[in-house]
Amino acid sequence: MAGLLRYWRTLKRFWGSALASQMEYQLNLLIEVLAMAGNLAGSLLLLWLIYGRGQQLGGWSLDAALVVLGIYTLLDGVSSTLLRPNLGAIVTQVQQGTLDFVLLKPIDSQFWLSTRTLSPWGLPEIVTGLALAIWAALRAGARPGAATILGGALMLLSSVVILYSLWFVLATTSIWFVKTWNVTEVLRAALSAGRYPISAYPAGLRTLFTVVLPVAFLTTVPAEAILGRASGMWLLLSVAVATASLLFSRWFWRLALRDYTSASS
Amino acid sequence: MRAWRQEDAPRRRRSLGRLVWSLGRQLHHGGRVARALFSSQYALMLEYRAETALWALSGILPFIMLGIWSQLAVPPAGLGPGQGADAGGIGLDQVQLSRYFLCAFVARQFSVAWVVYAFEEDALQGRLSPYLLQPLQPLWRYVAAHLAEQVTRLPFVVLIAAVFFLLQPAALWIPTPGRLVATVLAIWLAFTINFLLQSCIAILCFWSERASALERLLFIPYLFLSGLVAPLEVFPPALRAAAHWTPFPYMVAFPAQLLAGEAVPIAASFAAMVGWISLLLPITLLLWRAGVRRYSAMGA
Repeated sequence: MAGLLRYWRTLKRFWGSALASQMEYQLNLLIEVLAMAGNLAGSLLLLWLIYGRGQQLGGWSLDAALVVLGIYTLLDGVSSTLLRPNLGAIVTQVQQGTLDFVLLKPIDSQFWLSTRTLSPWGLPEIVTGLALAIWAALRAGARPGAATILGGALMLLSSVVILYSLWFVLATTSIWFVKTWNVTEVLRAALSAGRYPISAYPAGLRTLFTVVLPVAFLTTVPAEAILGRASGMWLLLSVAVATASLLFSRWFWRLALRDYTSASS
Repeated sequence: MRAWRQEDAPRRRRSLGRLVWSLGRQLHHGGRVARALFSSQYALMLEYRAETALWALSGILPFIMLGIWSQLAVPPAGLGPGQGADAGGIGLDQVQLSRYFLCAFVARQFSVAWVVYAFEEDALQGRLSPYLLQPLQPLWRYVAAHLAEQVTRLPFVVLIAAVFFLLQPAALWIPTPGRLVATVLAIWLAFTINFLLQSCIAILCFWSERASALERLLFIPYLFLSGLVAPLEVFPPALRAAAHWTPFPYMVAFPAQLLAGEAVPIAASFAAMVGWISLLLPITLLLWRAGVRRYSAMGA
């Protein structure tokens, strides 16, 4: 318990100092808000093009599809707040050899690398995404009962954990292959499939996005949970995938560290 | 280089022979510089083949969108295949959609520009100062880097296209030689537009140190209006007309339609592209001059 408390205190220090330094760049807020508005407008345009002609994405109503878009926006916000600033810096640490200093610190290295900094400019996206998801779910006729709220929150947590683990595993590969630092860009491109419900894709892609790359668990399953129509099986599966991928990322990091020989050697 | 040319101008006018000789010498010199620049950048890019392969792979968005649109083009149950060709109301059938999005992928691959990022890094790390001393407009260095990167990208794009045709053999087609040549030219012009647009933003680095944030904003209309996420045919006519007032549809949709063999207004589109380039080129050069003046004024 005392150990956990120590990690909590460290986290507060990390984020406090990150916030203080980020507040120097307040123009970024304007740019991020504009970027978010543009991206949302573009996505809405696309949905309007589809639904405006009386078609549906894989049997989802417009409101239900908007829940998916809201969750996608929320996850995008989480990426720009936490994942990109921290996990994107891992390869720089490897390249410049500063990873050595991180490994020497009396704190878990995966924790340090994953939480060291925080960029507050993704917060508007998180708030907007969540608001859009809730608003659209209410319009789609979801009943906000305790089970729905709990299930939705649990699924969102699972999807953030899965996203984090995927990203962390890919960032970890830079310990072996420094030159493939941009592999997370491929991940980001593939995850953009999560803007739409998974059933909107042909069967082959649907399997790919569920089994190989768990896009389905990132946006579609949480959306189903928020809409109150997720089956217990999917909820359990999602929690299982999240736990497994977190444990895998942990194991993978240890494996990578065993092969780590510092920058100079 | 420009100063040298202006000084030389009166002497060059003396005789035709001298003019030809001088022009020839300049061309020869330019050719040598271009070859040296390109081959050194190409050697550099070969070092980063793995990175290039991943960049190529990160352009898969058109294939994801193909998944969405092809589901919408599927005729609803109850309609025969003959009736159903346009039942989705998209105006394109499966094969046409597949070809279009593959071509959009190819057009995007060879018109990508990342000047903003390269320039920002060079400016922040102080590498720009020595470049400015050399008798060569530094932007040429970035042009050479992009062209070299396109050559290293080629095998990966061919590979991805081959996999695509393995999965979708019905979409396989051979473009006519005329279309092929026109497409290469169109993609090259698209790259020029993209490069100039990005250069304008990159030059803003002289004033603000975070110009790449502006590039993110520019990317949004590009993403949705260029035809990367949806064929322009599905846009309502008013929106399509509005999009054609921007350079974006010419950067992906036009080369893609050209390559896919669709009916497009070829001459008008090429004219629009040339128009955009002749608008952007002077702006870029003017901005560059103002920026360099500011840069030296800072004494950095």
